[in-house]
Amino acid sequence: MISRFLPHPLLSLTLAIAWMLLVNHITVNSIVFAVILGVVIPVITRPYWPDMPRLRHPFRVVEYIFVVLYDIVKANVEVALIVLFKPNHALRPAWITVPLDVRSPEAITTLAGTITLTPGTVSCDLSANGRAILVHALHAPDPAAVRDSIKQRYERRLKEIFA
Amino acid sequence: MTHELPLWGEITVTIFLVVAGLFALVGSVGLVKLPDPITRLHAPTKATTLGVGGVLIASMVYVFANEGRVSMHELLITLFLLLTAPISALFIAKVHLHLRERPDTLPEAPDSVGWAGYAADGPARGVRDVPPPEPGTTDTTI
Amino acid sequence: MIIYALIFAIACFSVGLLLNLWRVIVGPRISDRILALDTMTVNCIALLILLNFSLGSPIFFEVAMLFALVGFVSTVSYCRFLLRGDIIE
Repeated sequence: MISRFLPHPLLSLTLAIAWMLLVNHITVNSIVFAVILGVVIPVITRPYWPDMPRLRHPFRVVEYIFVVLYDIVKANVEVALIVLFKPNHALRPAWITVPLDVRSPEAITTLAGTITLTPGTVSCDLSANGRAILVHALHAPDPAAVRDSIKQRYERRLKEIFA
Repeated sequence: MTHELPLWGEITVTIFLVVAGLFALVGSVGLVKLPDPITRLHAPTKATTLGVGGVLIASMVYVFANEGRVSMHELLITLFLLLTAPISALFIAKVHLHLRERPDTLPEAPDSVGWAGYAADGPARGVRDVPPPEPGTTDTTI
Repeated sequence: MIIYALIFAIACFSVGLLLNLWRVIVGPRISDRILALDTMTVNCIALLILLNFSLGSPIFFEVAMLFALVGFVSTVSYCRFLLRGDIIE
């Protein structure tokens, strides 16, 4: 019954919150409309969402978001120092191959986005069978360390989050 | 604009604005200063996004301290930028791989299956203005 | 105090915009130009919000949001055109 009217509870919640943020006033009117949107849009677009990703530990998501936010700020400072004070010939850019243990498309997408947002690394391509990510690092004297830190810090957490 | 903020509001807004401006400036300086196209991708996509995020947070704090209501509008723009910045960066990196690199200038993919950008079904029909440089030679094309 | 921070931030973003413009004009590669245009839209969003600040009206938020949407879509369509020779296949 609930799967009939709310096929994607998380999507419904996201839509309702996005609508509330867009309206920017909490009134009965906007709440009712947010609920309507949150119910109607997932039902209409159900054919486009064949299976939904299962989150095993919803609270780990919050932890992951805070880890990533902290890393964005910290690593941005590092990149700012590199950009401002390191002469170009001292840069050691490197291509790094990161083998993947996660298999679900959602987990790989999240990992690629995280790698790009944490400065100093950009994810550039995926291997044809989806088992490795090609990462470019701005300044990596030790590419193996970068690879290990990506696997340790993000991929381990994502493996716990996505079933 | 009115200037009747409490002191904590003034200090927080000032700090956020200054830090955000500095980060955005660093991102744009990096775009000019860094040596080659793929390293240039690093500075602006992230530092500038962080700069805009800082400005939006400053705006939220300002509205809260000035009028006492929580304005969450800004959060939507910040979230949108944080979600789309990696996608734009990935697309630009793909353009760079497509136009300027060859499979033999990149590290080998495990299981020797190649990278997905080169293993697309059929040749990509895109514009390729100059052929990518031979490995080992210095690239003189502009 | 805020007014000085505001002027400082506007100056930073404007100088950043000029540097981006330099990169758009000089290039040399097409990916640099796309990247610089993308950065310009992000800097413009920040300037719009700072304008909001100094005018004290929330009217530019919608503009900033539309800028974010259009900037993203245009970056992606430029890249798709270069990658596939076509935008919508």
